[in-house]
Amino acid sequence: MMEFSRWKIWMVIIATVFGILYSLPNFLPQTMREAMGRYYLPSQVLNLGLDLQGGSYLLLEVDTDALAREKTANLTEDVRSTLRQKSINFSGLAATSEAVNVRITDAAQFETALTELQRLPQPLPKNPSIRDINVVRGDNQTISLKFTTDGRRADAASAVDTSIEIVRRRVDSLGTKEPTILRQGANRIVVQAPGESDPEQLKRVIGQTAKLTFQMVDETISPADAQAGRVPPGSELLVSENPGEPYLVVKKRVLVSGDNLTSASVGTDQYNRPAIDFRFDGQGARKFGDATAQNIGKRFAIILDGKIVSAPTIQSAITGGSGQITGTFSTQEASELVNVLKGGALPAPLKVEEQKTVGAELGADSVAKGQFSTLIAFISVVIFMILAYGFLFGGISVAALLVNLTLLVAGMSVTQATLTLPGIAGLILTLAMAVDANVLIYERMRDEAAAGRSVIGALDAGFSRAIETILDANITTLGAALIMFAFGAGPVRGFAWTLSLGVITSVFSAVFVTQILLVWWYRTARPKKLPI
Amino acid sequence: MAWPLIKLLPAKTNFRFVAFSKIAAIISVVAVIGSMALTLIPFEGPCGGLNCGVDFKGGTVLEMNLGGKSVDLGKLRGALTGDEGLHDVQVQGVGENNTAAMIRFETPEGGNPAQKVEEIKTHLSGQFEGAQYTRTEVVGPKVSGELLTGGVVALFMAIGLMMVYIWFRFEWQFGLGAAIGLLHDVILTFGLFALFDDLEFTLTAVAAILTIIGYSMNDTVVVFDRLRENLRKYKKLPLGEVIDLSINETLSRTIITGVTAIMALLGLAILGGEALYSFSVALMFGIIIGTYSSIYVAAPVILIWGVNRNDADAEIVDMGGFKGKR
Repeated sequence: MMEFSRWKIWMVIIATVFGILYSLPNFLPQTMREAMGRYYLPSQVLNLGLDLQGGSYLLLEVDTDALAREKTANLTEDVRSTLRQKSINFSGLAATSEAVNVRITDAAQFETALTELQRLPQPLPKNPSIRDINVVRGDNQTISLKFTTDGRRADAASAVDTSIEIVRRRVDSLGTKEPTILRQGANRIVVQAPGESDPEQLKRVIGQTAKLTFQMVDETISPADAQAGRVPPGSELLVSENPGEPYLVVKKRVLVSGDNLTSASVGTDQYNRPAIDFRFDGQGARKFGDATAQNIGKRFAIILDGKIVSAPTIQSAITGGSGQITGTFSTQEASELVNVLKGGALPAPLKVEEQKTVGAELGADSVAKGQFSTLIAFISVVIFMILAYGFLFGGISVAALLVNLTLLVAGMSVTQATLTLPGIAGLILTLAMAVDANVLIYERMRDEAAAGRSVIGALDAGFSRAIETILDANITTLGAALIMFAFGAGPVRGFAWTLSLGVITSVFSAVFVTQILLVWWYRTARPKKLPI
Repeated sequence: MAWPLIKLLPAKTNFRFVAFSKIAAIISVVAVIGSMALTLIPFEGPCGGLNCGVDFKGGTVLEMNLGGKSVDLGKLRGALTGDEGLHDVQVQGVGENNTAAMIRFETPEGGNPAQKVEEIKTHLSGQFEGAQYTRTEVVGPKVSGELLTGGVVALFMAIGLMMVYIWFRFEWQFGLGAAIGLLHDVILTFGLFALFDDLEFTLTAVAAILTIIGYSMNDTVVVFDRLRENLRKYKKLPLGEVIDLSINETLSRTIITGVTAIMALLGLAILGGEALYSFSVALMFGIIIGTYSSIYVAAPVILIWGVNRNDADAEIVDMGGFKGKR
């Protein structure tokens, strides 16, 4: 212990200087921090968790079952229209959870039907050798179109990617400050919005699928008949928001969808009520123009998330590519809807699995309590160590503790690890554990001195023997912290990170700072007796 | 008066710890069985006798205040009963004069709890003027199940990892002793949570237990380290006496570190507010239990199994520390 190279001293000095530099911004006012940032000095402060800062946390799950259901429904319609186009007679078109089955009535048409249906599967975007559907020849002139597992997985993965992108756009449109949007696991999304944000609005805006479609109203059947269960194939019964006609039957074929929108804005209708003006892109305008030209005098339905918003009658062909959605919107609803439509539709509904909202006031209160408890803990540890080991040895451990705290705060600020409420507890426990290293060293020195060694002998033997114990003891704590980090969620991870950093900084400061100060004391004072 | 105070602690103590180990073993076994019973009974739900928070049980917690005025809890209860979309409604006052109220409820399976909580807020705001919601937590049943499994897996992983580490650093008997000691601490801490209903068992409590594992291990390693050293030093001394000697030699460190940790946490328990109360109480309890288990659970296990005293790698102990320079 007594011989150590200069590099150790320099390492401690450099680490301490950097520690002070990087922890300093936490104690400076905002304006000074900004000034420091301009001179390339560190300006990052501790990253407070939502429980300390206030804000909202949402864990959303992409409803992949709904996605699969929708895909099955679409495939069924594709099979129907493909076969009809080629005038192939079929029966028993039905979907199960894994496949769509159809029976070709005329044996002579079977091979043609198979060739036509084999055009439906699409290669996967990331692996073109695999297709999303397998077309299989069944018994008794049946054909079955089975979804492949890889195809399902690719669909789900791309749905999650798209959802994250869309959620980000929507959250940004709310003007939320510094939102965090992350993927978690296979099909979950975490949204964190710090500060005073309205969790209700956030949830409403994120949760809306915003799937907008334009479909023709099926006027061959009255809604009352349809409700009795006589919906013709290729049509469906939908709820309408117009209280005058609560249900309408619409054709399943989509004329144009929200994917073809280029712009949307809040406008007013002829009665001066809020409405939504929209504009289609070239393809959308052409499709919409053709459809309206063919169906003058008939009605079409504007459908948002499975509900009919309005169902106007086509007066003339609409070829300009722009239109207006009228309905019973409030101004706020209209403007939220515009933002959501601009951001695009979610590929599948999102379910809120977990929500945490903490008011900023409660957060500030926790910070104040945490600061105060840390201060009290620090002072009591300092008093206790000085009472127990005197000004010299107690003082040395306090110096090591100060270096440790500085390094810890600096480390937390640099890594931008989230400090949570349990993290503050971890910080306080670190104080005690840091002192433990000093206690181990001092007690070992006392033992060695009691065994009759000289001062330098006791210092030397006490130190080198304690180190082994300190390392063993701290590696186990580090192990527990790493497990917490791997398995824990949210606040526990923050705690684990604080604890891990604390273990590393406390071993560093106890081993090096204590060693240097003890040797320095020995060389200058040349004591005859150990003062503890 | 001795100064510094450390001189009051005798450099050498001669307590006969091992002599009491039979009584301690009986106490430990009774406490462990009692804790297990408290934790598991009644055998229902995911949590048994523990007062699980929404993290593990699923459900909703809502904290409401009226901007400093006291909340009429009876009226609040009345406003919430009769809603068929809620069950297990609990209303609890917070602070002196109930300046805030904590509302807990569950929504039936298949419902949409995230939407329900907004309905409830609107409903309550209509009845209580100026109602503010400082905290909202909604945990769906899927997530809560995963969190519980994750928490339990983490606890077992931690104990297993510690056992393997000690096995490699020491000998297998030490690893086994340490693992049994840790299980003892974990089970007793569960017992503490089950015994006191106002200690809520949440994700943070799991973090507390993991920290206790870390601390208890730390303590055990210090004793084991000295034990290993003394086993090499005093080859003729009976095992029981070597254990006693090692515990005595590390006793002053055990006391000082324990007192420091408890002192630091005491402030947190008193001043840290409700959110950290369970956490710091559990930690303090764990520090005491962890210290006890290092002496009376981990070490006696080694006594039962014995150790190989004539190990080939038992080296000659270096008695001299002075390197002769300077």
